[in-house]
Amino acid sequence: MRFLRPFALVLALVATAGVASAHEFEIGDLELDHPWIAEPPPGAPTAAGYLEITNESDTADRLIAVRCVFAEKAEVHEVTIDAAGTMQMRPLPEGVEIPAGGTVSLARGGYHLMFTHVAERPVAGDMIPVTLVFEHAGEIDVMFSVQKPGMQDDDHMDDHMDMDMDGDHTMEMDMESGQ
Amino acid sequence: MTKRRLLVALGILVLAAALGIAALVVHYGGGEQEAAQQPIDIGGPFTMTDQNGVTVTEQDLLGHPSLVFFGYTFCPDVCPSTLAEIASWLDTLGDEGKDLAVYFVTVDPARDTAEALGQYVGYFSPRIVALRGNANQTAEIAASYKAYYKRIEMDDGTGDYLMDHTAAVYLMKSDGTFFDAITFTATPEEAVAKLRRLLAAS
Repeated sequence: MRFLRPFALVLALVATAGVASAHEFEIGDLELDHPWIAEPPPGAPTAAGYLEITNESDTADRLIAVRCVFAEKAEVHEVTIDAAGTMQMRPLPEGVEIPAGGTVSLARGGYHLMFTHVAERPVAGDMIPVTLVFEHAGEIDVMFSVQKPGMQDDDHMDDHMDMDMDGDHTMEMDMESGQ
Repeated sequence: MTKRRLLVALGILVLAAALGIAALVVHYGGGEQEAAQQPIDIGGPFTMTDQNGVTVTEQDLLGHPSLVFFGYTFCPDVCPSTLAEIASWLDTLGDEGKDLAVYFVTVDPARDTAEALGQYVGYFSPRIVALRGNANQTAEIAASYKAYYKRIEMDDGTGDYLMDHTAAVYLMKSDGTFFDAITFTATPEEAVAKLRRLLAAS
């Protein structure tokens, strides 16, 4: 990965300069990256939230609960699409495990935070507080940025950034101070 | 995400897409041997109502290529992502895709009113037509398209429920026959390439 670093640095700079939503939070050994909510269509009763969670400790943790004020119910859900093309979405009452030293992406077509009976519609540009509860690391209030559902480029940008920052925490510190 | 993990994830996505397409062909084609020779029997009679109260039947799909997608407005992940992608495909195609019609069929007519559907699809593109029917009409169009849907009750005391449903986008030729499907994992480039083939074949 070493050879990728100059390239990664450029990407990271572009990402911080161009994408206001590429933001991070930390609680204990957990790093929470690019929390965002897809702007739901007007009148839609549900919304989905996404982020990437990296566990830098040598003990597994678990995202066990979600709380928010803009919707009546907040849960962790998993979407699966089987070989016949059927989509199933289910709540995960036990939450999602964040393995020791691992990264779990809550992303479209996989895990997401499910907000049901949305009282106030999140609109692109909003920053919305959501409380994430982890089994070991505890609770943290995270600001989710609301984005149009078609804005996938942001995700890709973040993927590049994270991919290359795994072994280089110095850069991550620099980026944090720049925000 | 490390590079290796990214590669593994990509590999899984590619495999999943391949499985999905293979399954569609096998599932809808009546068997591996016959799939190559026989036209795939997807599409057929239905009578639904659009978001403006106009009746739409299989006859309305004749004369232009169509995209057909099943979903519901309580769906926060796969449905809005897919509709946003469809809108971006239409943008990419521009004039080239002006004859494509897009239909969003609700599998949840109990909660999806015509008004809710109109707002929902209109958010993504004014070109998306929402189709709604009663329980029987919904069963009929799903049967015609070999689409699966099932109501899943939540046991949390809220009375909420989820809907399992087929997540692929059906591509229908202008003669009303099935051409291909775009699965959830397809890249925008793959999707647009398939749409170009659909337009050429229509």
